[in-house]
Amino acid sequence: MKDISYYPGCSLHGTAREYDESIRAVSSLLDIQLHELEDWTCCGASSAHCTDEELAIDLAARNLAIAEKGHRPLLVPCVACYSRFKTVEIEVKEHGKKMHFPYEGNFPIQYSLDFFCEEPILEEIRKKRTKPLSGLKVVCYYGCLTVRPPKLTGIREYENPQHMDRLMEILGAESVPWSYKTDCCGASLVMTRTDIVRNLSGRILSMAKEAEADCLVTGCPMCQANLDTRQEELEKGGWKNGGLPILYFTELMGLALGHKDAKKWLSRHITDPIKVLSTKGLM
Amino acid sequence: MNTSEPTIQTENSFLSEVLQASGENLQACYQCQKCSAGCPVAYAMDILPNQVLRHIQYDHREKVLSSKTIWICASCYSCSVRCPNNIDIAKIMDTLRSMALQSGMKSGEKDIPLFHSVFLDTIKSKGRIHELSLILQFKAKTRDFLKDAGLGWKMYKRGKIKLFPSKFGGGKEIQEIFNTFEKREK
Repeated sequence: MKDISYYPGCSLHGTAREYDESIRAVSSLLDIQLHELEDWTCCGASSAHCTDEELAIDLAARNLAIAEKGHRPLLVPCVACYSRFKTVEIEVKEHGKKMHFPYEGNFPIQYSLDFFCEEPILEEIRKKRTKPLSGLKVVCYYGCLTVRPPKLTGIREYENPQHMDRLMEILGAESVPWSYKTDCCGASLVMTRTDIVRNLSGRILSMAKEAEADCLVTGCPMCQANLDTRQEELEKGGWKNGGLPILYFTELMGLALGHKDAKKWLSRHITDPIKVLSTKGLM
Repeated sequence: MNTSEPTIQTENSFLSEVLQASGENLQACYQCQKCSAGCPVAYAMDILPNQVLRHIQYDHREKVLSSKTIWICASCYSCSVRCPNNIDIAKIMDTLRSMALQSGMKSGEKDIPLFHSVFLDTIKSKGRIHELSLILQFKAKTRDFLKDAGLGWKMYKRGKIKLFPSKFGGGKEIQEIFNTFEKREK
């Protein structure tokens, strides 16, 4: 049993609920015990770093100080929170910045995708895979902060990352090469300049369709929401590609590991994934 | 010419402020335009990222701080990782947004800074982002109640909308963080 601290972040208690549910489920199947940080608060997100650097650091550091008391690695499923935390870690460890909260950077901060793509965990997945995702063609969509900037993420192949593709192959799916792996979906502009998000997300969805993918896989709640929820509007505007399910990588892990709740998570999506998965005999 | 008048300082104060606040050596920019070529939102900007750097070098404070560009930037970091001179342009955009808010200048994009301010108010009062409260408060300011109402209902039916915010005990610390921030702003 591996013990690890867990910072779900705000989205996973709301619109990205199925991401939280599937992470908890697959962790339990892989003998990973998640300890949700007590009394965590918002990392500050884009709004804090767009407004004031010190405010952004304080809001993130408060959570890191709570995690430090736990003496365990910290698992962060939302890549936007992860990016904020890594920024603070670098401020402390590399620039010697003094914090208002007792945080010295004495534990590793891990983004969920990186965590589940570590070799010992992949080995465990290989062993426990009961329902390989045979015949499922996926495109792996990493987006921005999963890989950029590499000084925070430590990802060397940031223009053409491969780790999610490898995970998908281990689950038994076919990961299709495509050119929009790391293009931006428009992120938090969705509330204010929805037109930009429709444009950017529309291009990503079109390229995924051109690659003949059955679904797109991501590990970012913001990307998932933007790509999943804007398809109907795109169709009204003349986009003719039909629905493309947008799945969290942990949902596909749960499916391949045979978790009983997979259908519950998948039924929370706006663009229905169940039909495609049933056609492929995976549900 | 009255020689008793103090010499006018010709040094570029905007440039030195941005250099100091961002810690980025934007003087290294040689206008290759790689940042703008790869920027996914360049089409919606009024000044391109490479032009922003040039305007800073020319001391065009108002042009930059009242631009749409600084708010349209989605912080995707494509520019930063591709700059041949290692200038973290996305970080400079953060610095510029911060300076724009401080300056009180009219913003090139009205709703984006408004959204950030409502977002921070939500953290201040609730500790975490309760999405429904955030959206309702933002709509109360923009008066655009119908936008995404249908989508909201679909998400509600699928259990994605939490009706009530979570309880949290860190309120005192959050208040302190915001008190420090608000003092600095003054």
